[in-house]
Amino acid sequence: MLTMSILKKLARAIAVFLVVTFVTFCMMFGNGAGIARGVLGLDAQPSDVQKEVVKLGLDQPLLVQYGKWLLGVVTGNLGQSYFTGQSVNEALASRVPVTLSLVIATLILTLVLSVAIGVTAAIFGGWIDRVVQFFTVLGAAVPAFIIAVGLVFAFAIALPLFPATGYVALSDDPTAWLHSIALPVIALLIGSVASAAAQIRGAVLDVQGRDFVRTLRARGIPEGPLLFRHVLRSASGPGLTVLSLQTIALLGGAVFVEQIFALPGIGQLANTSAQQGDVPIVMGIVLVTIVFVLVVNLLGDLANAALNPKARTR
Amino acid sequence: MTNRPTTEFMLSVTPQPTPRRRRPLIVRLLMKPEGAITIAFLLFVVVLAVFAWVIAPVPPNLTDLNTVNAPPFSPGHPLGADQSGRDILSRLAWGSQPTIIGALIVLVVSVLVGVTSGLLAGFFRGKAEGVGTFVSDVIMSLPGIVLLIALYTLTGPNIPAAMAVFGILVAPTYFRLVRSVVVNVRNELYVDAARVVGLSNTRIIGRHVLWAVRGPVIIQSAFIIAAGIGIQAGVDFLGLGDPKQPSWGTVMQDAFNNIYNNPVGVWWPALLISLTILSLVLLGNILRDELQSTGVRPLSNRSKRTLTRDSTARPVKAVPGGENVIAIRGLKVAYPQAGGTITEVVHGVDLDVKPGEIHGLVGESGSGKSQIAFSTLGILPKEAITLSGSIWMDGDDLLADGKRLASARGSKIGYVPQEPMSNLDPSFTIGAQLTYGLRAVRSMSKKEARAELLALLTRVGIRNAEQVFRMYPHEISGGMAQRVLICGAIASGPKLIVADEPTTALDVTVQAEVLELLRELSRERGLAMILVTHNLGVVADICDVVSVMRDGRIVEEADVESLFASPKQAYTQELLASSRSVEIIEEAS
Repeated sequence: MLTMSILKKLARAIAVFLVVTFVTFCMMFGNGAGIARGVLGLDAQPSDVQKEVVKLGLDQPLLVQYGKWLLGVVTGNLGQSYFTGQSVNEALASRVPVTLSLVIATLILTLVLSVAIGVTAAIFGGWIDRVVQFFTVLGAAVPAFIIAVGLVFAFAIALPLFPATGYVALSDDPTAWLHSIALPVIALLIGSVASAAAQIRGAVLDVQGRDFVRTLRARGIPEGPLLFRHVLRSASGPGLTVLSLQTIALLGGAVFVEQIFALPGIGQLANTSAQQGDVPIVMGIVLVTIVFVLVVNLLGDLANAALNPKARTR
Repeated sequence: MTNRPTTEFMLSVTPQPTPRRRRPLIVRLLMKPEGAITIAFLLFVVVLAVFAWVIAPVPPNLTDLNTVNAPPFSPGHPLGADQSGRDILSRLAWGSQPTIIGALIVLVVSVLVGVTSGLLAGFFRGKAEGVGTFVSDVIMSLPGIVLLIALYTLTGPNIPAAMAVFGILVAPTYFRLVRSVVVNVRNELYVDAARVVGLSNTRIIGRHVLWAVRGPVIIQSAFIIAAGIGIQAGVDFLGLGDPKQPSWGTVMQDAFNNIYNNPVGVWWPALLISLTILSLVLLGNILRDELQSTGVRPLSNRSKRTLTRDSTARPVKAVPGGENVIAIRGLKVAYPQAGGTITEVVHGVDLDVKPGEIHGLVGESGSGKSQIAFSTLGILPKEAITLSGSIWMDGDDLLADGKRLASARGSKIGYVPQEPMSNLDPSFTIGAQLTYGLRAVRSMSKKEARAELLALLTRVGIRNAEQVFRMYPHEISGGMAQRVLICGAIASGPKLIVADEPTTALDVTVQAEVLELLRELSRERGLAMILVTHNLGVVADICDVVSVMRDGRIVEEADVESLFASPKQAYTQELLASSRSVEIIEEAS
């Protein structure tokens, strides 16, 4: 039963992958002459542009081009940058760990903080709840790039405690890594914790109002165990959905934060490549992003199945 | 029993008059200070955009090498100038228009796509709904900014196109919202009635459905405009916009690139963007409060205490004698209402239950019978207020001490709820939740608890108890679930069971079996029972004594034979007559 539902989810994920990559591919590779002119420069001769189109294989039918690209995905060859000649694989291999470390560090902190804040607000209510609600509205509303710029201003310029730019790999020097990633993580964390905490608060309140909680209370189970054993267990399902959506949102926020703190991640690469017109690189980043999203969703489904007996047996 | 009318009581606790609700929405918003402030700020932004040519001291792209990085409040440059000597105020004012237009493109596209598809999916259901939900799930799971960057390689710096695409990316929020509202409305009677009368689908959508979705859509739109401004500024900040066209995002980008030379410069665009987004989000929240909430707020603990102290100050009637399992005296329960008032729903009820007695509590819905049941267990909803009264058990007043009430739960008083399926925790096996509940009130090993529960499950009529013990709630039937709940209520050996409509949610055949089981258990174990029901058939079947409730008072109490033979109160006679006519109808059909 369980393997069936996993296979179903996997099939669905592959379908989504094909649809999204195909649509993006057509969008980006649809204008072959435009791409070639971008590579050669605006004052290139039409005949040269035509040669470049043929050279890059952009004259073939879109479906053929997409098929070749897909074959490349399967065999692990995503082509080369139009500008540097570097293979897309190499470019991604050096960039992905930066973004992942940023997103994962933020995610772990978001998990801990948002659960603590959301649950506290839901249980205690009163002024604690009102303060939490105020700050979650505030934190979720202000865009990450503004928070990031504010942090640069406060902690790299006015009070120079952290470096404003640059990245040190975790494997090179853990302390320096922490130092280089502290501000970017905080910039992403504020919005992420705020919106996750607000939703986790809602999920806990929702479960607290359910019939079975009243019945368990009537059976004599004290408030503490009732909360930790029963209420949080049921609220963990919706909480998980919130966190998986938040993870994907973090990837979007990373684009801004990497730009501001000059972190060499895929967000920054996407931005520079898009402005150059380096289509194979951008397509490679779209691929990585979609795979990341699908993996997060699958993991979310699996965790949900482990937590929710109804999903397990269905 | 006090007979003070409710209204008199309410006046004494109603300091502020109820606000009039029928003012126009905009007036209601402006009357709130936070509403007035946000609307004023948004108005300021609109004025800035429309009258940029008046407000801006100089053209936005005018460079002046004499004023490079001029600080704020310099002559001619109230907010200072940037690295090219361009006036920041002029650039922000001129930049308001493209920013707002970008946000409006997002709004229009997402409303058109999302609301239309949501209306269709919700109204026609079926395949259209399935496809729509799938597409919206896929779109929602994509990080929009990455797609916008990919789009840039195709279109170049084209903010309107990017905003239109972003509109499609956020359209699922409208789709889901509108779809769920429409599904609800569609199931409501008035749409059925409209269809019976012969109105066409378009007329129905136009008249009823659009009316119902307008509130949620207005609220959502405030949030979508906020998101649109954020993304527009963000895309420009990344440098994906037209560098010659000033906007809040490009001003922010220029200031950030120059942050070491003129750190104050980033503050103006950052403040303008944040405050605008914040105002829109707050406006959305205020709109939600105005259009959707009931205005009821739970009272703070302090005002709850004040209310309770005032009313318990009155002397309690004499402590009831010891022949009762439970004796309720002068119980008053109230709920907060909109506008800070409270309404009493139970007006000082007295109730005695003797050992082994099955005491029926009957009345129509809203008569306060469940409130009494919940009070004895201390499981009233959070917002409820027990104004006064006492509940005596074994010589102690349970209401006087929260700890005493908590320790009586489960051990002295058991609870059988109404709806069996929703009253079992879906995350735990039947065995796990029964064992855990039992061991919370009686100290015993897991093994002992298991053995005792298995025997008890068999006793309440579950044949394969071992197997059911390992099952999850969704794997058993409603009748079985009710037996499990009865088992959970009696396992800890209470003297009293409070059963709240224990058979209402069950099939007719199962109802009779469950009633029979309750009667047998009461006899076997000498259990007293408070049985809340609106069904006089159930009362006649199983109860020894009946209390008839109406509007929060017990109007008549008698043993069951004499009540059915010679009801004293007019209301009881009415109730009996109406229940007989229901029986006749049921038999005839």
